[in-house]
Amino acid sequence: MTAEAAVFRAEGVGKSYPGVRANDDVSFAVEAGQIHALLGENGAGKSTLVKMIYGLVKPDDGRMTLNGAHHHPADPRAARAAGVAMVFQHFSLFDALTVAENIALGMEYPPPRRELSARIRQVSQDFGLPLNPARRIVTLSAGERQRVEIIRCLLQDPRLLIMDEPTSVLTPQEAELLFATLRKLADRGTAILYISHKLEEIRTHCDRATILRGGKVVDSCDPRAHSARELAAMMVGGEMRPIDRSGRQAGKILLEVKSLSLPAPNAEGTALKSVSLSLRAGEILGIGGVAGNGQEELLAALSGEVRSAPGTILLEDRDLGATPPQARRRAGLLAAPEDRLGHAAVPDFSLTENTLLTAGPRKGLVRKGLIDRAAARAYAEQVIRDFDVRTPGPSTAARALSGGNLQKFVIGREVLQAPRVLVVNQPTWGVDAGAATAVRQSLLDLARGGAGVIVISQDLDELMELSDRFCALNEGRLSDPRPTAGLNLDEIGLMLGGAHGMEVAQI
Amino acid sequence: MIDPLSVFLLLLAAATPILFAALGELVVERAGVLNLGVEGMMITGALAGFAAAYVTGSPFAGFLAAALAGAAIAMLFAALTQILLANQVASGLALTLFGLGLAALFGKPLEGIKAPAMMPGPLRINWIVWLGLVMVPLVWWFLNRSRTGLILRGVGENHDAAHALGYPVHAIRIAAIGFGGAMAGVGGAFISIATVLQWTEGMTAGAGWIALAIVVFSNWTAPGVLAGAWLFGGVTVLQLRLQAAGIRVPVQLLSMAPYLATIIVLVLISARQKYSRRAGRAAPGSLGQNFHALR
Repeated sequence: MTAEAAVFRAEGVGKSYPGVRANDDVSFAVEAGQIHALLGENGAGKSTLVKMIYGLVKPDDGRMTLNGAHHHPADPRAARAAGVAMVFQHFSLFDALTVAENIALGMEYPPPRRELSARIRQVSQDFGLPLNPARRIVTLSAGERQRVEIIRCLLQDPRLLIMDEPTSVLTPQEAELLFATLRKLADRGTAILYISHKLEEIRTHCDRATILRGGKVVDSCDPRAHSARELAAMMVGGEMRPIDRSGRQAGKILLEVKSLSLPAPNAEGTALKSVSLSLRAGEILGIGGVAGNGQEELLAALSGEVRSAPGTILLEDRDLGATPPQARRRAGLLAAPEDRLGHAAVPDFSLTENTLLTAGPRKGLVRKGLIDRAAARAYAEQVIRDFDVRTPGPSTAARALSGGNLQKFVIGREVLQAPRVLVVNQPTWGVDAGAATAVRQSLLDLARGGAGVIVISQDLDELMELSDRFCALNEGRLSDPRPTAGLNLDEIGLMLGGAHGMEVAQI
Repeated sequence: MIDPLSVFLLLLAAATPILFAALGELVVERAGVLNLGVEGMMITGALAGFAAAYVTGSPFAGFLAAALAGAAIAMLFAALTQILLANQVASGLALTLFGLGLAALFGKPLEGIKAPAMMPGPLRINWIVWLGLVMVPLVWWFLNRSRTGLILRGVGENHDAAHALGYPVHAIRIAAIGFGGAMAGVGGAFISIATVLQWTEGMTAGAGWIALAIVVFSNWTAPGVLAGAWLFGGVTVLQLRLQAAGIRVPVQLLSMAPYLATIIVLVLISARQKYSRRAGRAAPGSLGQNFHALR
C-alpha cells in the first residue's frame, strides 16, 4: 500500500463515550479505486468510525487525512465539501418529499430543480439505476430507496464513498446490481469504504478488509485470500466453534400440516396454496424461498395469528387449526417471527414485559390473572444469561438493544420454554457471525432434545447448515421436501424457481 | 337583505386573525413542532399591540410590538421544548394558560380605553388584511420553492435524516417557532387594534384553537389555510348577519355555527384521508417529536 495512492487515511483515531471506548487507536488507509471492507461484530465500533469520517461525531484523538490534506470535518456539510459521501444503514430519506427534493437536501449547492431532475435522469441512466425524480419516497421499494441514496452521493462526485450495511434490506438481485454499480464507481477512481458483516459478500466483492474488534483494528487482509470461516475467526477473536449437529434422531411425527390454504391477508400479501408438511421429533425442516413468497403468511398460520380450517394443522394429533396463539403455545407450538421490533417484541416494553407476552402460559408467569413479577424477571434474566444477550438488565426497553442482541433474546425466549415445535422466520437476519452461530446452535440443541424445528430463511447457507430436509416456498406453494444431504445449489435453484415437475423427474 | 360584497369584506376582516395565526402555525408544524400555545401567543400580541398602539398613537407600531411580543413568548416554548426537550403538548398548553393569565394581569389598567384610529389601505380595506393575503403566497413560495423551506420541511419530515445530512434541527425549529409566535401576535393584535378597538380580557375567544384546527384542515398547505380561514370567517359573518336580520333560530345555535362548521369539515377531511388510497400521510413525519442527537 503506497502513501500516494491512499485517498483516505486514519492514524490513531479514538473516541470515547461515557463508559465505553468506541474506537481506540484506529489506523487504516483506503486507496483510490478500491472497495475496502470494514468488518466487525455488532458494537465493534464500525459505525462510530464512519460517523467520524462523515463529521457526525468528533474524534477525541488521532488524525485523519483525505487526499493528503488534514480531514477534521465540523459537520457533514464540511465532510461533503471535502469529497466524502455516505449511504446510511437506516435510510436517511424524507418519505413525504420527492426523489428530487431528497437529493437536493443532500447537496451543498443544488442546481435549479429542472436542471437537477435532468441530471438525476442522466446519472441514473449512466449507472443503470432507473429513477423518476418526481416520485415521492413513500411510493418506492427498498431497492429503489437505496438508489435514491446512491444517486444523491454520485451527484456530488465523491472521492470517498461510505456504505453502512447497504445490503441488509435488499433482495439478492438488488444486491448484485449494487455491487455492479460500486465496481463501476471504483473503476472511475472513487475509493469505497464498505461496512457489512455478510462475509460471503465481502469475499466476492471487496479488495481489502480491515477488521475491527472492541473498537480496535485487529487485522487487515485481502478477503479473497481467506475463507469466510477465517474472516469470522478474525472478527470474533479466536476460532469459531463449529456447529455441533450430532446426536439427533428423527422420532415420531409431531406436527402435520394438511392442505393448508389461506387467502392473501392484503394487497401485498401472498395466498397460501394447499401447503402440506410433516415434521418429526428431533428434526429440523428448512423452508427456503425469495422474500414475499408466503414466508410471513406461513408463519402467521402456524403461530395462530391467522386461523385456518379445522384439520389443517395437527400437533401430536391434536387439531389446532382454529386455535388462537395463546392456546397453541400452551399445547407446545411456538413461533418467532421475522420482524423483531414491532412483531416479536414491543419496542417500548422492558425485556421482562416482553417475556410475559409469549412465555406467560408455559412458564407460569401469570397467576390468577395477576402477573408474577418476580418470576417474569427471573425468566428474563435466564434468557439474558443463557443466550448471552448483552444488555444492562431485564428492565431495559427492547428498542435499546442492538438487532443481534434482540434477536438472541427473541429466540431464547421461545427456546427456553421447551416447545414441542418451534417455527422461526429469518432467525439470523442482520445478526453478526458470532451471534448467528449461537442462535443456530441453540436451534440444533433444541432439536437434539426431541423437539421439532421449522426454519424459514432466505439464507441458503444457513438452511444447508441446519436442516435435515429442505423444501422451497414459491408463490404460496410448498415443494415436496428433499433430504439436505446431497442436495446441490443447482437443484435448489430449480426448487426455488418452482419447477415442481422436473423435481419429481430427478428423484 | 344580505349584500354579498359587504359580507365578503367583513369575511376578510373576520378571517384575518386566524389566517395569521394559522399561517404561522403551519410553518411551525412543517418544521415538526406542535405548538398548542397559539391562543396564548395571540392574546399576548393582542395586549402588547394594543398597549403600544395606545402609547405611541400609531397602530402600525402596535402591530410591530405585537409581532415582537408574540415571538418573545414563543421563545419560552422554544427554550422548553428545543433546549430542555420538554414535552411539546404539555409546554404548548402551558403557554396558552400562561399567555392568557399574563395578559389578564397586565391588561387591567388598559380596560375601557379606545384604540387609535387606523388609516385604511387600498379599496378601503385594512392594511393588515392585505398583509395577510400577501403572506399566503409568500409562505407557499417559501415552503415549496425556497431552499430554506425545503430544509425546514426536511427537518419536519424526518429529523434524524436531516441531522445525519448536517442540518441544525434545533436552530431551524427555534426560528420556525419564533416566526409562528410573531404571526400569532399580529393575528391577536388585529382583534384588539382593528376589530374590537379596545382591550378586554380573553378577547381572542378561542381563535388560536381554531387556527390549530385549520392547519390540520388545510392538509398543511398555505392555500388550504386560506380556505379554512375564509370558511370560518364566512360562517362567523353570516351568522352575525342572520342574527341581525332577526331570523327565528336561537342565538346560541347561530353563535355555535362557525365552530360547528370547522368541526364538521375536519371530520370529513380526516375520514377522507383515512379511507383514501393515496400513499403517505399529510402530516409531517416528525410532528410533535423531540429530537436528541448523540455527539
